[in-house]
Amino acid sequence: MSTASQFSSTVSANHDTTAISIDNLNKWYGDFHALKNISLKVTSGERIVVCGPSGSGKSTLIRCINQLERHQQGSLTVLGETLDENRKRLQRIRRNVGMCFQHFNLFPHLSVLKNCTLPQTANLRVSQAEAIEYALSLLDRVQMREHANKYPGQLSGGQQQRIAIARALCMRPKIMLFDEPTSALDPEMIAEVLEVMVDLANDGMTMLCVTHEMGFARRVADRVVFMDQGEIVEEAPPQQFFDTPQSARTKRFLTQILDHGVTA
Amino acid sequence: MTVSATQSHSGVQVPPHHPLGHQVTRWIKTQLFPTPFQSCLSLITLVLLVWFTPLALDWLLFSATFVGDSKADCIGGGACWLPVTQRIELFVYGFYPDTEIWRVNIAFGLAAAILPLLYIKQIDRRWVLGYLIVLPFLMWWLLKGGVGLPEVSSTKFAGILVTVFLGVIGMLFALPMGVLLALGRRSNKPVIKLLSVLYIELVRSVPVITLLFMASLMIQLLFPEGMTIDIFLRVLIVLIMFTAAYMAETIRGGLQGMPSGQYEAAKALGFSYWKTMGLIILPQVLRNTIPPLLTQFIGLFKETTLVVVVGVLDVVGIAMSTTAAPEWLGLEHEVYLFLALFFFTICFTLSRYARHLEKQMEKSRS
Repeated sequence: MSTASQFSSTVSANHDTTAISIDNLNKWYGDFHALKNISLKVTSGERIVVCGPSGSGKSTLIRCINQLERHQQGSLTVLGETLDENRKRLQRIRRNVGMCFQHFNLFPHLSVLKNCTLPQTANLRVSQAEAIEYALSLLDRVQMREHANKYPGQLSGGQQQRIAIARALCMRPKIMLFDEPTSALDPEMIAEVLEVMVDLANDGMTMLCVTHEMGFARRVADRVVFMDQGEIVEEAPPQQFFDTPQSARTKRFLTQILDHGVTA
Repeated sequence: MTVSATQSHSGVQVPPHHPLGHQVTRWIKTQLFPTPFQSCLSLITLVLLVWFTPLALDWLLFSATFVGDSKADCIGGGACWLPVTQRIELFVYGFYPDTEIWRVNIAFGLAAAILPLLYIKQIDRRWVLGYLIVLPFLMWWLLKGGVGLPEVSSTKFAGILVTVFLGVIGMLFALPMGVLLALGRRSNKPVIKLLSVLYIELVRSVPVITLLFMASLMIQLLFPEGMTIDIFLRVLIVLIMFTAAYMAETIRGGLQGMPSGQYEAAKALGFSYWKTMGLIILPQVLRNTIPPLLTQFIGLFKETTLVVVVGVLDVVGIAMSTTAAPEWLGLEHEVYLFLALFFFTICFTLSRYARHLEKQMEKSRS
């Protein structure tokens, strides 16, 4: 909660501690039912890890939260604002919800520093100098300050992902979404990204992470949500989730990934 | 300093260095005479070059006549450049009043300044952009007159003046219009999309000449009586419309090539549609499509010569009238060679420039 004051916001003060409230969400791709009656509440400062086999709808779920995917049924309230057709509201929510992608999606034509300052100068009322100062402080935090003048193409995957996190943080978000941030990385680079994410979690950021890093889930998560075939099968604190999983599907999933030694 | 000395100093291995003479013989061996068949081709080409070059140079330069008053002065046996040298002012400035020619010169200078401006990386891009936006209006004002300058009728426009004017202004307007059309064609708003598709497909399926005739004859019908639009402006609009439709397709290709992750990242950071396009997507797309776009610019520059068919005298028009003039009859070769040289110089410069940009992009990508 300590960072809540640090990340000043354009939205009026929100005393409700619910950060995200998802109610009976349904989504179809054509005839394929991707999300089935999903309901989930996330309180401010909570860290949630979403896991599940591929195609289970976990990425779709967190992409619905900032509407990179549109849902067809159910309601979605983010930071006290219910998502609807209103574009201005959507943009306001997007500016308050940071996102990191599997493939980083840095802007290759801009330097690292510009990647972090452009979103601020274009979308927040921030002066150039202020934007640079804030960007440098965040690049410092992800230990990428000395690369500020390089271009994304010159950096490794792990470095790019750390910059992507800094870029998302530049918008002073209240919620961070991570969509498999380490899946595209070489094993030796996973640690440096996870380290940044742990640091962020310890700072009190509200986080939703889709990840297969079970070690990270155990260390950081307040709750683990397990999804399969578009449904939430189980949600529990990590201790309980890993040690005494309730459903058969969870057990099968856990043995599969533990056998492959994905866990740290 | 020997090779081994450098090695021991730094401890790094450097590639072996060969003396220049060795490099030259090696190049000749591998590039000119690698196989018997290619050796034959090289030999034939060399013989032709040795035989032809002196002849050509003799006709073009050494025995040619550059100074004189009339065809009678051409006695050297070589080319007779008098129709060009005698009428050079006509070729360059057309019928522009002598006292106002400085305006044309300034306009030429302003147009030529684009290349160094784009070339020098230190200049703030916003200044360059601003310059490019103001330039067409500045050129129009300089040439046509009006506010503060005596007006010159566009019937006086002819020659290189017309070609450069149509080419430069056409390019500067066609690109932004092409961008808008490409965005329109990919828009998710059905009406905008339909209009863009209709426009692009219609314009692309009609020859430029047809459009030019329409411009000279039909557009006038759409306006109330008494109101006329400068014929010059009309052909300019046609050239812009035409080039823009083609550019739109090139840019659309670039837009389709952009990974969806770029759009998603921009959206997730709260960029609006126009900011996403203007700050994230188009800078990348335009950079990637510079080579084909410059090819289209070259095409536009050469297409300006088609305005002859609707009675606008560009540099080709002047050339044609020169060869038809009784005092210069029979000197078509020289006049058209001059024309070819003129277009080659400008188009080749543009194409080298495109190549340079391409190389730079390859460098920045690695």
